[in-house]
Amino acid sequence: MEAMLQGIGAASASVSPCPVDRYYRFGVASLQSLPVIRPEGRTIAGSILRSCRARQFITKAVAAKADSNATSAASKPGHEVLLFEALQEGLDEEMARDPRVCVIGEDVGHYGGSYKVTKDLAKKYGDLRVLDTPIAENSFTGMAVGAAMTGLRPVIEGMNMGFLLLAFNQISDNCGMLHYTSGGQFTIPTVIRGPGGVGRQLGAEHSQRLESYFQSIPGIQMVACSTPYNAKGLMKAAIRSENPVVLFEHVLLYNLKERIPDEEYVVSLEEAEMVRPGEHVTILTYSRMRYHVMQAAKTLVNKGYDPEVIDIRSLKPFDLYTIGNSVKKTHRVLIVEECMRTGGIGASLTAAINENFNDYLDAPIVCLSSQDVPTPYAGTLEEWTVVQPVQIVAAVEKLSQ
Amino acid sequence: MALTRRSSNLLKSLTTINPTTRLFSTSSDSSITIETSVPFTGHKIDPPSRSVTTSSSELMTFFTDMSQMRRMEIAADSLYKAKLIRGFCHLYDGQEAVAVGMEAAITRKDNIITAYRDHCLYLGRGGTLLETFAELMGRKDGCSKGKGGSMHFYKKENGFYGGHGIVGAQVPLGCGLAFAQKYSKEDNVSFALYGDGAANQGQLFEALNMAALWDLPAILVCENNHYGMGTAEWRAAKSPAYYKRGDYVPGLKVDGMDALAVKQACKFAKEHALKNGPIILEMDTYRYHGHSMSDPGSTYRTRDEITGVRQERDPIERIRKLLLSHDIATEKELKDIEKEIRKEVDQAIAAAKESPMPDPSELFTNVYVKGYGVEAFGADRKEVRTVLP
Repeated sequence: MEAMLQGIGAASASVSPCPVDRYYRFGVASLQSLPVIRPEGRTIAGSILRSCRARQFITKAVAAKADSNATSAASKPGHEVLLFEALQEGLDEEMARDPRVCVIGEDVGHYGGSYKVTKDLAKKYGDLRVLDTPIAENSFTGMAVGAAMTGLRPVIEGMNMGFLLLAFNQISDNCGMLHYTSGGQFTIPTVIRGPGGVGRQLGAEHSQRLESYFQSIPGIQMVACSTPYNAKGLMKAAIRSENPVVLFEHVLLYNLKERIPDEEYVVSLEEAEMVRPGEHVTILTYSRMRYHVMQAAKTLVNKGYDPEVIDIRSLKPFDLYTIGNSVKKTHRVLIVEECMRTGGIGASLTAAINENFNDYLDAPIVCLSSQDVPTPYAGTLEEWTVVQPVQIVAAVEKLSQ
Repeated sequence: MALTRRSSNLLKSLTTINPTTRLFSTSSDSSITIETSVPFTGHKIDPPSRSVTTSSSELMTFFTDMSQMRRMEIAADSLYKAKLIRGFCHLYDGQEAVAVGMEAAITRKDNIITAYRDHCLYLGRGGTLLETFAELMGRKDGCSKGKGGSMHFYKKENGFYGGHGIVGAQVPLGCGLAFAQKYSKEDNVSFALYGDGAANQGQLFEALNMAALWDLPAILVCENNHYGMGTAEWRAAKSPAYYKRGDYVPGLKVDGMDALAVKQACKFAKEHALKNGPIILEMDTYRYHGHSMSDPGSTYRTRDEITGVRQERDPIERIRKLLLSHDIATEKELKDIEKEIRKEVDQAIAAAKESPMPDPSELFTNVYVKGYGVEAFGADRKEVRTVLP
């Protein structure tokens, strides 16, 4: 019991490992030999696995330079997409694969989505599967949860993450807690997604970062995508997950272009991504700040530092395995996030690392977050509410002394 | 008719009484037509007729089910005072007619979702007394394994979706259930029950708008017991005609203390919802207890009012009078049924008290669903902390 209570991030249960769950870790070839029947199985999951076996499937889908054998061996040149197109592809593939997947949100159907993520899906799947709702976040989130209770798999789109605050009760109580309070009778396989974060002078109410509010809801998983590759992979994984998943996108990242594989791939929901291996300092980041960090990393490399950059991706639960290994290597941690300082993801991550890896740290963890202010409209002010590359460089230099 | 009854009385003394399957061969299960106590009032719809066809066996089922529910709620009252039930306990006695009338009109494939006053609806949907008491006392054998409590009773296989603590939050869920039924092209309906207090929630109107927009087979049932916790309805609502609140959605006002009227209304509503989309039913009912066990129930209403309703409109008394006047059962038989039910309830309580508390490891189960995906290991990568999909 004590060991369980030392649990990190999410609640823990010491259960015997389910061998079939490891399919994500195996290469493509061994997928054939895996038994599909699982000990406490859900037959639905089993049948989906069966249907996947025939296609080539990239399982260890982490864009890591370190272990590139799985990805580079299997990936072909691929095709170029923008991030919103990657999300759309992921959504399209999942809707084609499972008739229970539906999209519920404002302007997702005929309009094609305010950020074009659901473009043309209504034409393909019909109005009932890509449902245009009135502007009633609280109730359409509730409706989606009710539908999920019976077995459908809705993807709820908040036009802006900030609007989902209106649906907080439904997300917290019904989405997150129903599986527990019903003693396991109901699963709520919803995906709640939408763009958040500070954009280009959108104003305070449209520049909110909700990760901090959602992170203590028990029962939900949170992931944040940052590249077209992981956006598509996370979208697919989130739809296939039996748990409610909140997928945080960022308003400014929708037009990122990247080459992604042609074949189907899913990315693990709980794993962090090693963006740049290094030796001196571990920089943990997610979403848009990844790009600020990479920009700062260029400057740092010129100055002679070797930062290790990890995109944590999974905001709840944290991938303390990857993070832990990195901390053990570098002994210095810098967290760069866009969340607010008070009660944000960085705060929780700092606590988690301190609790688990205190012995390995040579210096206190530095956490760079957005200022605890409503995002102002003026461009210059807005620029300084979020963390800028110069601040990251300065922090690394200070940390390394 | 009298002859068969007397002979079956003789047989009865030798056999144990099973209230639900006793005394009546199919030949004596005659169909009876009874008029409801008050006519229905419709809003933008023609109300159904006042004459309800029922049968003697159905009336007996009403009597036994309602007596069982009443007895269970009274027993829960004593258990709460004995500190075996903690937290919040919202009792449904007085409103049983809504539960049994609804059950009589629908199948188990139709869905029911309600708020926190859910014990009797759970029983009506096929829950057992043991599961109810065990859940109320937080034991392992409860319907939600002791982790839900009074406000979180669920029975998925029988279409009972709970059991929700936050006022009004269940109505969008109910419309979602209806949405799923429409999506999967099932010919069933979903009943979303809420109270007169919840009728002022915004999400209700949002959900109603969507249900009407997409013709969802959703039936919104307002159990109007005239008090929203401690506030009388005239102090909370500008327009207490809840059945008219749907505006463009038709509504029906029903005497919620008359199980037959409820049955007629629910049947009518089901037919309507399958063809034309949502409809609101307002059940004019009353609760004898306070809002919950921490509310004496007499600070905002007089004891005379409570006793008055109990004398004039009690649902069980109404059915008893019908049974006696139609010669379906004698006084003694009904009393025996009640005694039997009392015994059943006491046995269930005893069994529930024997049931163990949940294992400490249950604290962490069912937070996430196991299945698909990666195991998340602890820092040492040896022990599995959680298996996440």
